[in-house]
Amino acid sequence: MIVAGIDIGGKNVHIVVKKDGQILGKITGPTGIKKAEAVEQLYDEVLKKAGLSRKDIERVVATGSAAKRVAFANDAITDVAADARGVIKLIPSARTVIDVGAEEGRFIKVSPEGKVLDFAINEKCAAGTGTFVEAMARALEVSVDEMSKITLQSTQTLSTNAQCAVFGESEVISLIHQKTPKPDIARAVMNAIAGRIASVARIVGLEKDVVMVGGMARNAGFVDSLKKNTKMDVLVPEDPDYIGALGAAEAAAAGIYTEEVKAKVVEGETDSEGKG
Amino acid sequence: MAEVKTQEFWRWPETNWVNPDINWKQGRVITAGVDVGSVSTQAVIMVDGELYAYGNTRTGSDSPNSARKGMEFALEKSDIKIDNIDYCIGTGYGRVNVPMAQQSITEISCHARGANFMYGPEVRTVMDMGGQDCKAINLDERGKVLNFMMNDKCAAGTGRGMEVFADLIRVPVWEIGPRSFQISKEPPMISSTCVVFAKSEVVGLLESGMPENEIMAAYCSAMAHRIMELLNRLGVREKFVITGGIAKNEGVVKRLEKELGIKTAECVWYKKEYIDRKYPFDTQLAGGIGAALFGQALLKMGKAKSARIF
Repeated sequence: MIVAGIDIGGKNVHIVVKKDGQILGKITGPTGIKKAEAVEQLYDEVLKKAGLSRKDIERVVATGSAAKRVAFANDAITDVAADARGVIKLIPSARTVIDVGAEEGRFIKVSPEGKVLDFAINEKCAAGTGTFVEAMARALEVSVDEMSKITLQSTQTLSTNAQCAVFGESEVISLIHQKTPKPDIARAVMNAIAGRIASVARIVGLEKDVVMVGGMARNAGFVDSLKKNTKMDVLVPEDPDYIGALGAAEAAAAGIYTEEVKAKVVEGETDSEGKG
Repeated sequence: MAEVKTQEFWRWPETNWVNPDINWKQGRVITAGVDVGSVSTQAVIMVDGELYAYGNTRTGSDSPNSARKGMEFALEKSDIKIDNIDYCIGTGYGRVNVPMAQQSITEISCHARGANFMYGPEVRTVMDMGGQDCKAINLDERGKVLNFMMNDKCAAGTGRGMEVFADLIRVPVWEIGPRSFQISKEPPMISSTCVVFAKSEVVGLLESGMPENEIMAAYCSAMAHRIMELLNRLGVREKFVITGGIAKNEGVVKRLEKELGIKTAECVWYKKEYIDRKYPFDTQLAGGIGAALFGQALLKMGKAKSARIF
């Protein structure tokens, strides 16, 4: 049975085409503004590369924030369910999944069967998402990849105050003005995000093995900060940003789409009180 | 070569003023309050407890220089010198870095005290909407803080958030309030809390062809809502006033009043003679005025010594 899984997120589309245990093709491209068109084009492209046509695909399952925009999908599953399925397929020992994408962070407790036991989501605040790293990389005038690399060259640990991405940018700029070496600033930023992400992950509990997926999993500097913060090993599967699409394809093959688990939605804890 | 003109839409105008009715040389006690905020700095000079002069400037990259600049700007239109000041108190985010100050007091206390002076003793709740934080303060008839709630971690609902928005839609920040009412129908508010996400949402709305004024209305509503959440947690009591820069944005203030079902007090002096003499009323001065008043009180009680040189 040939199936396809499509993960259409805030920033990128990922598609996996599978036949039984074997991956026939995969592709990624930007979601852009015309989401429906972007996904149609990429789908045709990956099928063409694999020497397939649309009628060869028995079932298509979509996931991601714009899953409903995939007109040719037979069904849609939540990103949380897709992540859980995808991760367990690659790393069966996984019990905690941390998925940090461009605009969202997801924290999932999974059963050995790939079922979602509990999860928490941060989708309200850019601190602790890929967007934060992008903003800070811009302030540092380096690419995100470069920022990841220089993080590992840092020689001193600074602490930063800003939690908000908007304030973080000003803080990074003032550190640059103080002639702080860029690797140290990059490390401080990664530590800050790791702290933010770890604190949300603790809501569902950090049980090993901890697996990190999503675009931020590619950021070696960040993963290193997260390991130090949690004092745990953090495993990263090959192609961590394809996990959602892979999970969707797994669901398509299994023919199971819906799972009911109530989310813990994380509200920013930004207010403090006091007495005069 | 062609000249490229760039405009910074967040850049609000700086102001200073000196009281024509006061001869400082006849004053017994001259105190100053310098409120170094993250975005703006105000230096206020008071003679025997009356407003004498002020300067309202933008904060630069370091607090000591911003404090100096604010003070020089306040003194600019008078022949008073910094050495003629008995006591100076620093407040605000950069309060510990005010070089001419003898002491520092938190901006929460100063805003409460300043609002009490500006709007009168009936004020019970002050919402200070600053550049990088917002604080809701409950106070008593003497201007003493009873309790407060603040958000200093998130740019949503702060002046900085509004500046980011102004830059994005390329409309000067002081035009956003009036323009947000030039609409045919009130749009739903921007759904993102985070300023970074709101930016993407606004770009999407612009692309969808939504009129600019409606987008401003949607952003003002979102900010009003965010502030309301903080106020509701503290509990609002009348007389309710808003201080700080956002108080000048009617687009946010009027929508907040509507959501709360409470009117904010009019931005006019409590002192009748100040109204009669048309002294300028600036909501950003509350912190500086409060600090200068604390200086007066400390000297009067003998808890501080005059640092006057001349």
